[in-house]
Amino acid sequence: MIKKNPVNIIITGVGGQGNVLASRVLAGMLVSAGYFVTIGETFGMSQRGGSVMSHLRISRQSVLSPQIPGGRADIIIALEPVEALRVLTKYGNPQTVILANEREVYPIGVITGELNYPSSQIIKEKFDKYSAKNWFIDATSAAVKLGNPILSNIIMVGALSATKQLPIDRRAFQREIKKDMTADKQKINLAAFDAGVGMI
Amino acid sequence: MSNLLSPANKVVLYMGNEAIARGALEAGVNVACGYPGTPSSEVVESLSKVTTERNLYVEWSTNEKVALEVAAAASFASLRSLCVMKQNGVNVASDFLLHLTASGTRGGLVLVTCEDPGALSSVNEGESRYFARMLEIPLLEPATFQEAKDMTKWAFELSEKIHNVVMLRSVTRLSHASGNVICGRLPAKNSKAHFDYSGSMMDPLRGPVVSTPVVPKHTIQQKKLAETANLFEKILCNYYEGPKKPELLVITSSACYLYSREAIGMLGLQKRVGILKLGSTWPLPPQLLKKHLKAAGKVLIVEEVLSFLEENVKTLYAGCAKEIGVKAFYGKNDGTIPSVGELNPDIVAAALGKIFRIKYKPVADDYAHAMQEIEKIIPLRQQTFCAGCPHRASYWNINAALKLDGRAGIVCGDIGCYTLGALTPANGFNTVRTSHSMGSGTGIASGFAKLDAFGLKNPILSVCGDSTFYHAAIPALINARHNNANLTMIVLDNSGTAMTGFQPHPGLCSGASGETLPAIDIAEIARGIGAEVAICDPFDLEKTTAQLTTFMEKADTVKVLILRQICALSPEKKGKKKYLMKVNEELCRGEECGCNRLCTRIFRCPALVWDKVKKKAVVDEVICAGCGVCYSICPQKAITKTEAPPQ
Repeated sequence: MIKKNPVNIIITGVGGQGNVLASRVLAGMLVSAGYFVTIGETFGMSQRGGSVMSHLRISRQSVLSPQIPGGRADIIIALEPVEALRVLTKYGNPQTVILANEREVYPIGVITGELNYPSSQIIKEKFDKYSAKNWFIDATSAAVKLGNPILSNIIMVGALSATKQLPIDRRAFQREIKKDMTADKQKINLAAFDAGVGMI
Repeated sequence: MSNLLSPANKVVLYMGNEAIARGALEAGVNVACGYPGTPSSEVVESLSKVTTERNLYVEWSTNEKVALEVAAAASFASLRSLCVMKQNGVNVASDFLLHLTASGTRGGLVLVTCEDPGALSSVNEGESRYFARMLEIPLLEPATFQEAKDMTKWAFELSEKIHNVVMLRSVTRLSHASGNVICGRLPAKNSKAHFDYSGSMMDPLRGPVVSTPVVPKHTIQQKKLAETANLFEKILCNYYEGPKKPELLVITSSACYLYSREAIGMLGLQKRVGILKLGSTWPLPPQLLKKHLKAAGKVLIVEEVLSFLEENVKTLYAGCAKEIGVKAFYGKNDGTIPSVGELNPDIVAAALGKIFRIKYKPVADDYAHAMQEIEKIIPLRQQTFCAGCPHRASYWNINAALKLDGRAGIVCGDIGCYTLGALTPANGFNTVRTSHSMGSGTGIASGFAKLDAFGLKNPILSVCGDSTFYHAAIPALINARHNNANLTMIVLDNSGTAMTGFQPHPGLCSGASGETLPAIDIAEIARGIGAEVAICDPFDLEKTTAQLTTFMEKADTVKVLILRQICALSPEKKGKKKYLMKVNEELCRGEECGCNRLCTRIFRCPALVWDKVKKKAVVDEVICAGCGVCYSICPQKAITKTEAPPQ
């Protein structure tokens, strides 16, 4: 069962990190569990190196606005740490929980030396102070170990299931990826899911 | 099996665009075509995967005007057809559309326009609702995923009823959002094409399809539109939610309905505010509007981009004001709703707050204040070319050649990822000086190149993507050649319509559904027009820069330089590195080097990072695509490349 109605989830990261797939898989599991799910996303030009967000809203009764109102996120899942902060400042509240990947993807302004990127210590400190609960995991390293950094998105989904914030589990994940992944892909994604579970 | 073929009554998670596609399938569509453009592309793309199962022909047409012509032919032959484009595409198709709405159609023809309020993935936030009013055709605007499917299906029936095009408008927040949809039945596949032209000119189903005689046909079109307004009085997608006598009536449509509903809830105004949700926004159903306007003293119109709905509601109100009394109107015209950008629940809540004098606070002041403080330490994330993007190398070459040439060459831009070349130095080296519609870069360049007589002596260049070349740049190139406008056109050929998701174009040998088709070569077209043509790999910096410099020196002819390198995100390239890149820390002289951090400060690849502690450049192996270009830019040869093992 979902803990409140609706549950508002934001999956964030940088274009190309697999945000869309993570939101689709998660939403698919929840639709199969009988919920109304609304996902709000943008793709195309907006993803070229920019910040990306998927807004997921899980409800017992109806579809909802594809944009979550400010301050109303219940769960933030971030494939990139500073993006977790960015989303927190706009959509966070003291009850928000955060699951974030530790691995930074530097904005171009940081690469050029014009902008500063906050240290992971400072980021963690903000999470501790301004969220109800947070998990900060190195999903990218685990994904590299599995052979492909892109798998960090599924590792995060696995980790999310282990946090018990949503009614999703390994079986539901397996059923969901069976729908349109080849056997090879299912295997590696399941391994990523399990790796994520192990990180919580 | 594609999700799109799910059995009746199944609950499926569809993206808005998939819901539109499913609706078309449930209507028995036979021909679907369009030109890719965000946020519209997934409609045609998802249909292209079910052509065999659904007796369907799907085509990525050269441009939107041709797409509408192809769809019209199917309609004339009594088949149902769907034509899909983004808002800018309707402008491209509008010349034909004007004539098509005058001649009328036969088999149901639905024109889907997916628009982009706030220009999330566009260079403008133009809108096409006014076309529906100007061309006197019905306009439908679904608000939910279920409606997107159901209304698309119904739009075909309506089109056949009035013998004309029906326009269905979506927006990014519906097209690219996803939600639950209950599937309907997929019909039997038994349609046969038959084009009858034996009847009289006035026979809409059996005569030749022409707009003449104009006035009698125009009269019929208007009569049909009036009948449509009557029909709209009772359709399911137009409904009212709220108290019998609301203090405020919100009139809205599209995704704005969901924002409005949420905003009313956020402010706890459910007992004071009602929503008249319109799924059909042109022509407006007069009786329905009158009834609800009468019940409320205040009216707020919630819509995105221009004040289309507001104007039409007010016009209708003017006709019955005496009868229903004085109303206070709020909306875009009085500034209650912002006049630009997309809306969201917070913006609508703010508008309601103004009217009801309620201050809405999502979080406590101290939390909000803390968040404002955190914002200050978050670095801005600007858009940029991806790691391994051929455009970064192309602009590097263009800049090098401009510098070598030394005559302040002017580069005119076009539409694609490479439009980023128009932005500040952070993206694409600030190279492109004009950026407008598809193909316009070369047209503008053609004009600039004729201004030498008036003292504009700068060399003139244009950049243009491969798909854009076919879409609208060919007439401009012909114009340049015929008029001796001796520009240099640079075709950034990354082998597909990359920005929208690698849809094929006429330069490739496969079609929308993977069928083999003859490819039409850009170089051959350019040579046929009489241009001097060269083809380079932009990753080969030395050769490409030299070729471009040579071309710029040649003042007596039109030159076309094709820079051929596949997009780094293309399925054949993605995740496969050609080279393993590394910075040799001993050779990198860091801040001491005379290059002034050329690699990180100017080249600006997301994978080539300035390490502030070591004061050296470093390659981020997770992000690096292994294109090998940075090897060529380091004056110290500190960036090394080795062949990557086969993957």
